[in-house]
Amino acid sequence: MSGYELTSTAKPDKVTPQVSAPRVYLSTRAISVVTLAVLLTTWWAVTAAGWIEPLFLPPPSDVLEKGWLLATKGYMDSTLWQHLGASLQRIGIALGAAILTAIPVGIAIGHNRIARGIFDPLIEFYRPIPPLAYLPLIVIWFGIGEFSKVLLIYLAIFAPIAIATATGVRTVDPTKLRAAQSLGATRWQLIRHVILPSALPDILIGIRIGLGVGWSTLVAAELIAATSGLGFMVQSAAQFLVTDVVVLGILVIAVIAFAMELSLRALQRRLVPWHGQSH
Amino acid sequence: MALLQLERICAQYPGASQPVLADINLSLGPEQLLVALGPSGSGKTSLLNLIAGFVTPSSGRITLDGVAVNGPGAERGVVFQDDALLPWQDVLANVAFGLELAGVARAEREARAREMLALVDLVGFEHRRIWQLSGGQRQRVGLARALAADPSVLLMDEPFGALDAFTREHMQELLLQVWRRTAKPVFLITHDIEEAVFLATDLILLTPNPGRVAAHLKLDFGQRYSAGESARAIKSDPRFIETREHVLSSVFSQRTREQRA
Repeated sequence: MSGYELTSTAKPDKVTPQVSAPRVYLSTRAISVVTLAVLLTTWWAVTAAGWIEPLFLPPPSDVLEKGWLLATKGYMDSTLWQHLGASLQRIGIALGAAILTAIPVGIAIGHNRIARGIFDPLIEFYRPIPPLAYLPLIVIWFGIGEFSKVLLIYLAIFAPIAIATATGVRTVDPTKLRAAQSLGATRWQLIRHVILPSALPDILIGIRIGLGVGWSTLVAAELIAATSGLGFMVQSAAQFLVTDVVVLGILVIAVIAFAMELSLRALQRRLVPWHGQSH
Repeated sequence: MALLQLERICAQYPGASQPVLADINLSLGPEQLLVALGPSGSGKTSLLNLIAGFVTPSSGRITLDGVAVNGPGAERGVVFQDDALLPWQDVLANVAFGLELAGVARAEREARAREMLALVDLVGFEHRRIWQLSGGQRQRVGLARALAADPSVLLMDEPFGALDAFTREHMQELLLQVWRRTAKPVFLITHDIEEAVFLATDLILLTPNPGRVAAHLKLDFGQRYSAGESARAIKSDPRFIETREHVLSSVFSQRTREQRA
């Protein structure tokens, strides 16, 4: 389709006179860059002109300067890197645990009637509850230590990965299963060589969704109960009206979320190049 | 040598009032290429699924070399209509897949897979991705994959049904060459009459409601091709045309009898 269009525009048989004036072509990415530049310039302009008090919106230069200060000296006893490290460590442990447990559970749900009967109602019961609604209960049970926060994020990530895996397993092409069986595959070989790779695109989508949910849950949890982490940094800065730290913290949180999304997309292209190919 | 036997096979889907297949008796041995021809609904695919072990018959016995067929197994290789290749593996790994499942070491299975690719004229395609292949090339990989596991019999479910006419003719000739060289009994189902007459040493006509064997013909056009005669010469031979028309008319007479009943 697009290949045909490309070749037909690349090699015009006869030169048709251009009627319309040549227009500036902007790629979608360039338009996005322009949008961001306009936003930054507006921010800089309104603060430089003094239309908004620095208490409400500090100028970009202040935020940058504060960022340097935070990275080198620190805020609330720890540097920006330590806060960032605390947050990343929490989500890293939770994600690792969720991947290790949710994928087997998802395969079991998709593959086995009994496992579906056991896990489906449990997951469907707790999945729609916003994690912050059961955070108080987790705090009562396990206190406000690291374990509570990791458990909360783990629960938030677990459901999307398990559900996506189960969907992927259920939609495996039955002919591929039969093909493998007629080549002598055992039950475990079917899971390892056919079901798991077939479900991998869905699993990666589940991880993407789970990571998004997990990151927002993490920051929210740190706003409520923590002594370190990006959410804690933003929250405590807000209590002392240190607006530049608040803005900086929000920007760092956004950048991390964006980086996670991009790296997962790259992983998807690398691990499942056949996804979306007609075959 | 391999001998596949079907004795008094009946098959019925749960909830259906009429059986799909009733009282099928067949045997398939070495040097045989058995083609099942019939309209849709005549139970061709059900028959193949029974032999492959994907479904179990409601009565009757299927044996391969005296051993009862019980579920799918590597001794009965299957080539599917839509290739059913694994896109996360390259061509070589797909062909070697059966040997990988059997626990054959990498070097050995890849050597064997290369031999099979040579057999189906796909040398140089080892590291292509599946989605980079044409329909005919995929079917050839499917054939090579089934052969690499060294099955006793080869089952083919309308393998060339989705291919264009040129590719189909080419694939038919390739199949005859492969059949000749490997000497494996082949069971192939098709709804293409010319294909059936050209390939078969044994041609069975299936009629629907319930699926039964209406006729069993012994043919030798495939053997003539293997003996060196050209495909075009065979297909324009009056005897070939006569057989084709005979099969065609019996398919039609079955259908009109069907409609009158």
